[in-house]
Amino acid sequence: MGHDVNEKLTGDFYTKHFAPALSEDGDTLILNIGPQHPATHGVLRVVVELDGEYIRKSEPVLGYIHRMHEQMGEVKTYPQYLPNMGRVDYLHALAWNWAYVGAVEKLMGITVPPRAEYIRVITCELNRISSHLLWWGAYLLDLGGFTPILYGFADRERILDILQIVTGSRLTYCYFRFGGVVTDVTDEFIALTRQFCRDFTQRLPMYRDLVTGNMILRGRCEDIGVLSPEMARRYGATGPVLRGSGVAYDVRRFEPYSVYDRLAFDIPTGQAGDAMDRYEVRMAEMAQSVRIIEQALEALPAGDVVSPDLPERVIPPKGEIYFAVEGARGKIGVYLLSDGTAKPYRLKLRSPSFSNLSLFAELAQGTLLADAISIMGSLDLVIPEIDR
Amino acid sequence: MIAQLTAWLMHPLGHMIAALAAIMAFVGVNGLVLVYMERKVAGFIQRRPGPYEVGPQGLLQPVADAGKLISKQLATPEGADRLMFWAAPILSMAPVVICFLPIPFSPLLTGMDVNLGLLLILAFSGLNSLALCLAGWGSNNKYSLLGAARAVAQAVAYEIPLLLSVLAVAFQTGSLNLSVIAQEQTRGLLSWNVFTHPLAFFIFFVASVAETNRSPFDLPEAESELTAGFHTEYSGMGFGLFFLAEYSYMVIVCAVATALFLGGWDGPVLPGIWWFLAKVFGLIFVMMWFRWTFPRVRFDQLLNICWKWLIPLGLLNLVVTALMIKLVR
Amino acid sequence: MRRLMKALKGLWSLAVGLRITAVELIKPQITVHYPRKEVDNLATYRGHIELVPQDEDPGTPRCIMCWRCVDICPSRCITLRMHVQGEETGRAADPGLRLSPDVQVPYSQHLAPPPDRIVRVLDGYRLNYSLCSLCGLCVQSCPVDAIRFTGNAYLVGTTRQTFDIDLLARLQQRAASTAAARGAARAA
Repeated sequence: MGHDVNEKLTGDFYTKHFAPALSEDGDTLILNIGPQHPATHGVLRVVVELDGEYIRKSEPVLGYIHRMHEQMGEVKTYPQYLPNMGRVDYLHALAWNWAYVGAVEKLMGITVPPRAEYIRVITCELNRISSHLLWWGAYLLDLGGFTPILYGFADRERILDILQIVTGSRLTYCYFRFGGVVTDVTDEFIALTRQFCRDFTQRLPMYRDLVTGNMILRGRCEDIGVLSPEMARRYGATGPVLRGSGVAYDVRRFEPYSVYDRLAFDIPTGQAGDAMDRYEVRMAEMAQSVRIIEQALEALPAGDVVSPDLPERVIPPKGEIYFAVEGARGKIGVYLLSDGTAKPYRLKLRSPSFSNLSLFAELAQGTLLADAISIMGSLDLVIPEIDR
Repeated sequence: MIAQLTAWLMHPLGHMIAALAAIMAFVGVNGLVLVYMERKVAGFIQRRPGPYEVGPQGLLQPVADAGKLISKQLATPEGADRLMFWAAPILSMAPVVICFLPIPFSPLLTGMDVNLGLLLILAFSGLNSLALCLAGWGSNNKYSLLGAARAVAQAVAYEIPLLLSVLAVAFQTGSLNLSVIAQEQTRGLLSWNVFTHPLAFFIFFVASVAETNRSPFDLPEAESELTAGFHTEYSGMGFGLFFLAEYSYMVIVCAVATALFLGGWDGPVLPGIWWFLAKVFGLIFVMMWFRWTFPRVRFDQLLNICWKWLIPLGLLNLVVTALMIKLVR
Repeated sequence: MRRLMKALKGLWSLAVGLRITAVELIKPQITVHYPRKEVDNLATYRGHIELVPQDEDPGTPRCIMCWRCVDICPSRCITLRMHVQGEETGRAADPGLRLSPDVQVPYSQHLAPPPDRIVRVLDGYRLNYSLCSLCGLCVQSCPVDAIRFTGNAYLVGTTRQTFDIDLLARLQQRAASTAAARGAARAA
């Protein structure tokens, strides 16, 4: 007998905190997935107790990329906090832009010109497609398919090029302003977006053939991580995770903001609530986003892109407000408490990934390690958004 | 001088030593070629150029990679079993040389014309799973351990369909000598075993993809689950040897498949050796194509494919082949 | 039998996947090989800011030294130095001369009331690019459009000083080189 494998098992605070609850027979293994691990896509750490390859229990450990965004909101003036919003969830930055800007507008009673509203819808939906494309590739990467992410990126790059025309950046956008957007869309933007919508609709069948119909992928997704609607509600899951379980809840439909009540779109839902349903919901959502963009481009009115009667200094009156938008990962909420000064008194960010991650421990119990990776991928977690 | 050399080469021992030296060189060169090929195939499938900067069209890239691997420090992880840890990559690489011996590259170019060539290859390639097991256990790393456990279960399971499919061909030819089996198939395209035993070829190919731990059956090193599986802790040439062994096993299984099913060196115009190599690299290309197309299967699914499909089909194929042979003779 | 059909269908789905990658294999590459070629969409990229010169004098910035950009910048990456003609130069951030009357700053009540006409001279305008998050609030808040974005995407450096950019010197240098080029062209 060589060395004792268990003697290296003492671990840090979290592993020790996890260890006393170990199962009785002592024949299990504590494994740290992360904070540096290819499947966690960032610095998430999950401590799991393995029995063979079966997960007895697991626990996510957070805080590796905590940047105090909420505290920063309290020490910066209202406009100064804008660039932070692009960095909470860098994949769907415009939704966070919108949530914050919308909350302040609601509190101050600023009306946004219709052209700006439509531009917001178009850019936000484009950003949603780009976020879903990245998730798609990353999920396939988790499941061991290397190539799809590059096909997804080929389309995603086009979206980034389009968004760069108006926002000037490619990832951490800071495009929405109180009462409108920074720059007006150009003719080039509109033409490219139309072209993209056409091409992307033709690309979707390729994605379906390459991946969605693939026997191996279906084997890895079907009946994996079945999430009941009751459990999804219990954890406050939103977005495609909730819709995959068959609950057709979409903030754009049920708490309509901006001009979404004037646009026709379906809310794709799944039935079983397994990883495949969450997958299918996201794929269908991309098609719906294209539909929304096409309608919004048709209806794009002329006019200002920033509200003309905007006050010189943004100082909302005393009061509190909650504003929610539908992000790529679910319901993004901003709660704002103003004491009438130039800085928020309290700013609370509700991030969908946080709620979706909390599902994981229960969902992964009793599954194989490989399935747990598949479940984690199907939740579409963005770690900086969890930690904020 | 030359006469002396020829005489020496004709001697079985001299012949074998020369063959071993040639195989060593072939394995090394082959590693370089396959690294380049894999990266280019991956690049083109993903619509990017692949290696491009080092040398013309990136041709020297694998040499640079090898130089990097060789010059890296060999680190042994804390708490690792030194002997096992370093024996593993060597044990993984060593059988490769023997496995190449009975492969008939052309009617004349065979390292050693042994009667039980096929058996020799199957037996020695089995050693690889032992190497992976040692690597996993010796690393003192949980990911390595899980990877090794997977590797052993997978290798043991897939030996069986591999043998079953090979047996069907051996039944028909009545020999386990690869040269004889290849010789049998030189009577035109339709005499290739792939047409007489399509099912056996399918089973053989799937099982050999699994045996070489290639995607979609690359579970022992499933990098999104186990970071790098059994070779997580290896650096420098420790990793390099595993890598080289993997590519060499790819060549071996593809060469065996060529000799068994694709008519060996059979082909018009060009000398046999080129046909043989072309077929081998064609099969390797298909393996790479698989890797860059498919996601990975799950472990229980992998074993299900083996026990529920490949083994019953292999048995069926064997019985049908035996019946046919009985009826025809 | 049903399981066999299902397995065959599954195998067919794999073949379909292989066909797609095979088609992509022979399609032309879509990546841009960077050091040899560059992407063509940098015109819309928002790089670091730069000062806009006056229309009649390319060596002098349009900046009226209102401090708005310094005030609004979330990460405080802009440093501005100025003086008033007649006073000593190089005084950092004279708070008495701010344009926003509602900003109460310390010391302002001790200063003499400003003369009728103040001529401000910009002594330095530095951008600490390593702090900048390219939000564009400075450009947007400028009342005279004295700041604009560059398309400078390829800013690389090995020291922190590389990213501490003296925008005023940059502007003057540009003006001098354009003038020299124009002079050379005229001489030729």
